[in-house]
Amino acid sequence: MKRITAWRRRPWAGYAVVLAALAAIGVVYAGFSPQTERAEAKSSAQAAQDLKNGQELFNKNCASCHGLNAEGTKDAKGKPLAPSLIGVGAASVDFQVSTGRMPAMNPGAQVPRKEPIPAFDTSIKTDYEDPKEREHAEKQKAQAEKNLRDLRAYVQSLGLGPEVPPASAVDPEGGDVALGGKLFRTNCAQCHNFTGQGGALTGGKYAPPLSGDDVTPTQMYEAMLTGPQAMPVFNDTTLTPKEKQAIIAYLVQTREEPNPGGNGLGRIGPVSEGLAGWLIGIGLLVLAAMWITAKKPKKLKKS
Amino acid sequence: MSDTTAPKAIEGTLGFIDERLGSTTFFRRNVKKVFPDHWSFMLGEIALYSFVILLLTGTFLTLWFNPSMKEVVYDGSYTKLQGVKMSEAYASTLRISFDVRGGLLMRQIHHWAAILFMASILAHMLRVFFTGAYRKPRELNWIIGINMFMLGMLEGLFGYSLPDDLLSGTGLRITQGVLESIPLVGAYGYMFLFGGEFPGQDIIPRLYMLHILLIPGLILGLVTAHMMIMWHQKHTAMPVKNQTEKKVYGYPFYPVFMAKTGAYFLFVFGVVALLGAFAQINPIWLFGPYDPGAISSGSQPDWYMGPLEGALRIMPNWEISAWGHTVSFNVLIPAAVPLGIIFGGAMAWPFIEAWVTGDKRQHHVNTRPRNAPVRTATGMAAVTFYGLLWLAGANDVLAERFHVSLFATTWFFRVTVILGPILAFIVTKRICLGLQRKDADVIGHGVESGVIMMSPDGRFSERHEAPREEEKIVLLSKENARPEAPARDARGIPAPGAKGPIGHLRSRLNRAWTFDDVPVEEHGHGEHEAIESGSDSEQVKR
Amino acid sequence: MSDDNKETAGPEGPREGGEPREGGARRERVLGTPSPAREKALLAEDDISAPAGVGEQLDEASMKRAERIVATLFMVAFAASVAFIAYFIGWSGRDGGMHGVVRARESNFWLGGTMALSFLAMAAGVTIWVRRLMTSKPIVQERHELAADEDTRAAFAQDFMEGAEDSGITKRPLLRRTLLLAAAPLGLAPLVLLRDLGPLPEKRLRHTYWGEAVKRAKSEGKKGVRLVVDGTHRPLRVSDFASPGSMITVLPEGVEEHVPEDEVLTQNAKAVTILINVPEDRFKPAKGRENWHINGIVAYSKVCTHVGCPAALYEQTTHHILCPCHQSTFDATDAAKVIFGPAARPLPQLPLSVEDGYIIATSDYHEPVGPSFWERG
Repeated sequence: MKRITAWRRRPWAGYAVVLAALAAIGVVYAGFSPQTERAEAKSSAQAAQDLKNGQELFNKNCASCHGLNAEGTKDAKGKPLAPSLIGVGAASVDFQVSTGRMPAMNPGAQVPRKEPIPAFDTSIKTDYEDPKEREHAEKQKAQAEKNLRDLRAYVQSLGLGPEVPPASAVDPEGGDVALGGKLFRTNCAQCHNFTGQGGALTGGKYAPPLSGDDVTPTQMYEAMLTGPQAMPVFNDTTLTPKEKQAIIAYLVQTREEPNPGGNGLGRIGPVSEGLAGWLIGIGLLVLAAMWITAKKPKKLKKS
Repeated sequence: MSDTTAPKAIEGTLGFIDERLGSTTFFRRNVKKVFPDHWSFMLGEIALYSFVILLLTGTFLTLWFNPSMKEVVYDGSYTKLQGVKMSEAYASTLRISFDVRGGLLMRQIHHWAAILFMASILAHMLRVFFTGAYRKPRELNWIIGINMFMLGMLEGLFGYSLPDDLLSGTGLRITQGVLESIPLVGAYGYMFLFGGEFPGQDIIPRLYMLHILLIPGLILGLVTAHMMIMWHQKHTAMPVKNQTEKKVYGYPFYPVFMAKTGAYFLFVFGVVALLGAFAQINPIWLFGPYDPGAISSGSQPDWYMGPLEGALRIMPNWEISAWGHTVSFNVLIPAAVPLGIIFGGAMAWPFIEAWVTGDKRQHHVNTRPRNAPVRTATGMAAVTFYGLLWLAGANDVLAERFHVSLFATTWFFRVTVILGPILAFIVTKRICLGLQRKDADVIGHGVESGVIMMSPDGRFSERHEAPREEEKIVLLSKENARPEAPARDARGIPAPGAKGPIGHLRSRLNRAWTFDDVPVEEHGHGEHEAIESGSDSEQVKR
Repeated sequence: MSDDNKETAGPEGPREGGEPREGGARRERVLGTPSPAREKALLAEDDISAPAGVGEQLDEASMKRAERIVATLFMVAFAASVAFIAYFIGWSGRDGGMHGVVRARESNFWLGGTMALSFLAMAAGVTIWVRRLMTSKPIVQERHELAADEDTRAAFAQDFMEGAEDSGITKRPLLRRTLLLAAAPLGLAPLVLLRDLGPLPEKRLRHTYWGEAVKRAKSEGKKGVRLVVDGTHRPLRVSDFASPGSMITVLPEGVEEHVPEDEVLTQNAKAVTILINVPEDRFKPAKGRENWHINGIVAYSKVCTHVGCPAALYEQTTHHILCPCHQSTFDATDAAKVIFGPAARPLPQLPLSVEDGYIIATSDYHEPVGPSFWERG
């Protein structure tokens, strides 16, 4: 016991202990997980291949506008045509491609949401009766998911940017809906409307509706995080992930909520109400007035 | 109808009232009062019955509504707002919607009835204007009607502001901004209305008092006056057979008109209930409580405030700052001028028209719109002006739905709000004159019968027949313009009405009113042959 | 309705002649319904407006049919009203009453639906009744001259003058004038009573809570007051807000703690501010405001200078701030100058600085926020 105590006092003792510990860990690691290492080796090869797939997809679908090195392009007058994608991050790519905005079709005031191109369409129907068809669709979907993942990874590899949020961060069940409503009305509703029906911006641009089921919670999160097109950025330090989740919870609950008063009339407020009042209300009552004061029934005309 | 006496219960009641009020004389005189028939005469009734519905449902709502701006934390049954701070007014409106049985229905019926109330007043006003029913002796009722519409606008604005939701709070904020911009007294008016700075604690209780007591009281008084005057003067009639300035033709009040108006009362109730049941209106739970920092795109007022909102939107940003004072024409002009022109013009119109045409007679038979082209064209110009401002109030919704540039819509309305009415005036007048010409043709040449006749020398011609009796009466209801006495007679002495600049103006306007009139006369220069050939269809006249 | 004597001086029933009265009452005899036998054919073709009263022309069978239709509609209305009551009593209150969206929806559907059905069925029934079964005939009535005749007017004028004479109001100007004098202030009295509706504006419209908050912060030895996010009350660091194109609504720190509860909303309504991160290379600070921004992080009043809506719509591509109410557009890169719409003045700018890494405001707005007013200057 005494000897050990004496050793402890030696100057090299600290290093020795650390070395011993490291050696022990190394042995244990090597002994317990030979497979992990091999898997890692394999996965790094796989990763390289994925990255290559991502690059191929990029060259095929994106490079024509964004440039082969994602540096962005400009027209003859030096006006940017397409922005550089270096540093925009995976979240931005995921948002733009999964909402079908990219690849863009033709330049307009704003790139509209549309069906994603087949290579990235992760929302295709898979619930076919025919097992063969279903298998085919599922395969296609899996491929699209992989393509999207690879493309994201490729762009992320060009320069780090915001990552795609994990599923737990966007789960509408976990959000504080009261806080979300307050934040939405203060910072989002001015463009997207109370109920997420969208609205007009300047120059023919518009804030897209958020009320459709195709707008996924992940896309909402990514939009806030990256600020696509005219939308401002709400990074994770301005609105924390918890607060973003609250906003998502508010939006999802609002769109899933039934309209207790009957038809929602588009949920855009008094414009459609006034229209309904005039067309349906006054229309029906004018018909009633015409019936009440109409000349007598036709068949009696010549009695 | 039997000659026997009424059942004992009725007889007894009538007797009881008669012995105390002498009412039977009144009943006897009015029980068969004649009401001319036309579908458009019922538009005003929609307003009357919506008002009744508003009073009934409004009373129901007051039983639960709490007009207080005290802040509470909501813990009611609408889960999405649990834990949100809001005013008691908003919380109690949520309670009416989600916890009081039938509360939501009553709220929706109340709001739909308000929309129909205003819409039907406007429709009724258009009918009255275009048929010339506002002319002497009915100018007072016309003015009362316009005042009711303006009171209705205030009533509606105050009413939809009560729940203190985000949408209506924005409306109040705009009201405050407009009030504040009034020169000299603006800031004082603002402080006095809101009991301090916006939003303060007082505005909702104050609006509540105005909304449930003062303004409905005024409207009720005006409605009563409107109805009594109408009853006393008797309703106007359309220019059809049997209707003359001296005699009114139609069905007796009791039982026919009573049953008809009763049925219409039920229709109005039914349609409003239908809307209340199946069309959601003012879903305040989706708008959220009022929060001065929050705003939604597409924040619009109810439709009757739309023209004001539109005027505010398209006004250029004129403002003067001088000698330490600021005058905001960018707010004052849109707030006062467009509706001032419309309502002020409408109130003055009967008198202007009488002055210009020199027509001081009483009118009980309406004019067909084509037979007063200047009036009809002016009306259409006003409709265009109002309509464009109204659309401008929804320019963001238009821009969003049709994907056009927001600023382009503003410029579109800035231009058309000036040009549109002028164009509408010209086009409408042309159409009216064209229709007059057609009428003159029908009277002069008869109606094309579709029968082709061959004359002895082999020519083909279509036989023209005289119009049917009823049609002819309608066509001949036109009062042809008589050339006014020349401003100066043969000896150069000016006519009494044409002296001075005012007189000159009057005679010029008078000429503008009548110069292109197309006379519709029975014994014109028509093809006698055609008229004769149609004489066999001459009807037996009474 | 006692005003009716003149108009209905003669009874106007279709079957009676009027008691003759002076002038023009001769023709008060009403035309319209001679014996049905003679009039029948004429009525049939002569229907200018004969929406009712065809009953007599219907044979017994079709009248019976119409009657049955009307009765059926009335029965439908009855059933619907009963269903309304039954639903209310029997179903709407189950499981502890109607609460929440889903039950409100169900209740609205059934109550409103049965109510509408009841009214509409009854309305249709009455309409058919009038149109098919009532046997009233159209009648004609005289329209009377509304104005009184000369004699009456003259008699009234005389009475009126006589009364004035008798009362002495014309003869005694002193009475007349003092009465008017006495009445005049009485009319003003209610206006005086309204004075206490609210405070006078004084300097209220010129300051916001930022001024007070900055003053408190300075008294505590700090440079200025922190900006907190509206809704979460979290103060913002410069590094938190570093992403270009960011936007958020902020308030001065401490409104909730230091302001009486019932005034929080009122203070927020003036102090609410929009914080924007404009790319620094695009930002052109106004003269004299070179140090009011932090590398392009800039704060403007959120209250529109037009009529006070929150001007909150920021487009990060064009750097426009748009007010969603009336589309006034401001340029965030250029001191919020107006570039379109009805607003006449730029949004006031809040002087910003950094303290301990936090974004702070160093003073109140230098001009009144919100809509213009007369005394604004």
